[in-house]
Amino acid sequence: MSAAVPILEVRDLKMHFSVGGSVLDRIAFGKGGIRLETPVVHAVNGVSFAINRGEIMALVGESGCGKSTVAKTIARIHKPTEGEIRVDGEDIAQYGFAKMLPVRSRMQMIFQDPYASLNPRQKVRDIVAEPLLQQTRTAAERKGVPARIEQLLAKVGLSVEHGGRYPHQFSGGQRQRIGIARALSVMPDLIIADEPVSALDVSIQAQILNLMMDLRDEFGLAYLFISHDLSVVHHIADTVGVMYLGFLVETAPRDALFSRPRHPYTRALLSAAPSIKERRAEDEISLGGEVPSALSLPSGCCFRTRCPLAWERCARERPRLADVGGGQKVACHLVDEPERDTA
Amino acid sequence: MTAQTQNALLAVRDLRTHFHTFAGTVKAVNGVSFEIGTGEIMGLVGESGGGKSVVGFSILGLIDSPGKIEGGQILLDGEDLVTAGEPRLRQIRGRDISMVFQDPMTSLNPLHTVGQQMDEVLRLHTDLDAAARREACVAMLESVGISRAADRLGAYPHQFSGGMRQRVVIAIALLAQPRLIIADEPTTALDVTIQSQILKLMRQQIAARGASMILITHDLAVVSEMADHITVLYCGKVVERGPTRALIAAPAHPYTRGLIDSIPDPSNRHPRLRQIPGMVPDIRNLPPGCAFRARCPRAQALCAVEEPPLRALNAARSAACHYPLQPGEPA
Repeated sequence: MSAAVPILEVRDLKMHFSVGGSVLDRIAFGKGGIRLETPVVHAVNGVSFAINRGEIMALVGESGCGKSTVAKTIARIHKPTEGEIRVDGEDIAQYGFAKMLPVRSRMQMIFQDPYASLNPRQKVRDIVAEPLLQQTRTAAERKGVPARIEQLLAKVGLSVEHGGRYPHQFSGGQRQRIGIARALSVMPDLIIADEPVSALDVSIQAQILNLMMDLRDEFGLAYLFISHDLSVVHHIADTVGVMYLGFLVETAPRDALFSRPRHPYTRALLSAAPSIKERRAEDEISLGGEVPSALSLPSGCCFRTRCPLAWERCARERPRLADVGGGQKVACHLVDEPERDTA
Repeated sequence: MTAQTQNALLAVRDLRTHFHTFAGTVKAVNGVSFEIGTGEIMGLVGESGGGKSVVGFSILGLIDSPGKIEGGQILLDGEDLVTAGEPRLRQIRGRDISMVFQDPMTSLNPLHTVGQQMDEVLRLHTDLDAAARREACVAMLESVGISRAADRLGAYPHQFSGGMRQRVVIAIALLAQPRLIIADEPTTALDVTIQSQILKLMRQQIAARGASMILITHDLAVVSEMADHITVLYCGKVVERGPTRALIAAPAHPYTRGLIDSIPDPSNRHPRLRQIPGMVPDIRNLPPGCAFRARCPRAQALCAVEEPPLRALNAARSAACHYPLQPGEPA
């Protein structure tokens, strides 16, 4: 429990999914005769980062980059293929259901879709109580649950009467408040939020972001915040990790990342984001092409097929995440050979 | 006003599209007026339920029961589309006005090749023979940035990625050289780097053809990069309109101001975002007076009694507010 131990530390996390299908789909005719192939989606390919208590770390990237898979693997909805997931120093990567139960009182998740993540047949108070009831063992503890639910609903801006209603009677923003109350019920130290505001209108999005910030201040929560929206990430995060094709290509404190992005992909991502400010045309790196398939990763650097600066070393050698000072880490050969950076 | 009317390619006047449901009448569009000049891009902005998509569907006559256009005019070059009738609308759709929908996964027919779907537009709206049509389709696919276009004509939509599919949808929309393109959330389903490619493509193609566009979106950032003019909708009514830069820099309606302030601004790091309190009221049962009143920090007694009409603030801008914000005034 010492302050030095991060609330979450992920080391070299890998999550591969085999997409089997039927024998007929997998059959392949090669020079050695007939083989059965098992295609593997390389969703997460060795991701490492740490989050300190009370800190907000955001993972950004485009669809298919593996950011949601990282979130779900840490929440142990998936069992990782490889790597360590240390919650408060304890490696939970290979824990079974029973051993995960106490861990879940320290770590909870908020989901993207407030319509799909609440059971339509449960009343709001039962939804919010569910994680709490899983964690209580004695009748005395259970007696305190209803009062606790009332407190929680008030905390997220709902009233006691709301507890008796069903999810369909609420708007998207209110449902996301219910999801937040459910996550808070066990007083976790870490909340994993997977695109918590992307299904909401912008005015409601601001309400939910403000609520999440207030709760962080009040309870000292740490967040792993998954988002594709750079302006939201810039607003909420302390540190930012940028993912591409299952790799973490850059991680840095927020201000460093937004003012001095180093990886060509981060630079392209920042210049592609639309802004209501007048656009400065000169610093625009625009990307052609599309993200390669996670079924067969490119050799070397994951980004080289779209990178305007790539050279032969990038196809030969996979760059490692290297410290460039000020807490910023970049996985790019340009760190060694800055003279090639002509963009 | 009359000079503007003569130049307008499309003039929508007091459009009212209502949906008659068992739970009550939904006045999705309730007295919307705007004009678009030739070569102009107009952004139609608002949150879910604002009525922006229904405006787009109404222009193309794509309102099905229980919905009905209850009143108003939609004048394309002076011809009223509300009274035009289905046979005439069929001629207009695709040729004079075409549409790009939000979701490229569902707006293409999965059972037909891209070539067949493109060919259909030309067969209906031009006299070209089969070879000339094919040539036109290949040229169009190339101009929207699809390589090996001749081979790709035989491909089915599922063989394309989301961004590529949206390029195909744009190609189909442009094929018959329409004068107006209605794009309903064209990049909402796409990733940010693909979005910027598609927006750039749409801007180039619109400019090259001298066409006009209505860009329907919830994303003020996208609109501010694309549109010449912005019209903001709230609960089926226009609450503000004006030239893009002026409107973003100094919004006059508190709702527009609230929308802009809700976007996290990197250069202005307040720990809290300025949020619009509350939520959009039930449009089956709008309160009297101004629909935004309950969420408005500036509301006064008059706002509960009298609905503010859209009033001109100056030559270019108007707002529907009893107490509009003056430039530079804090919210």
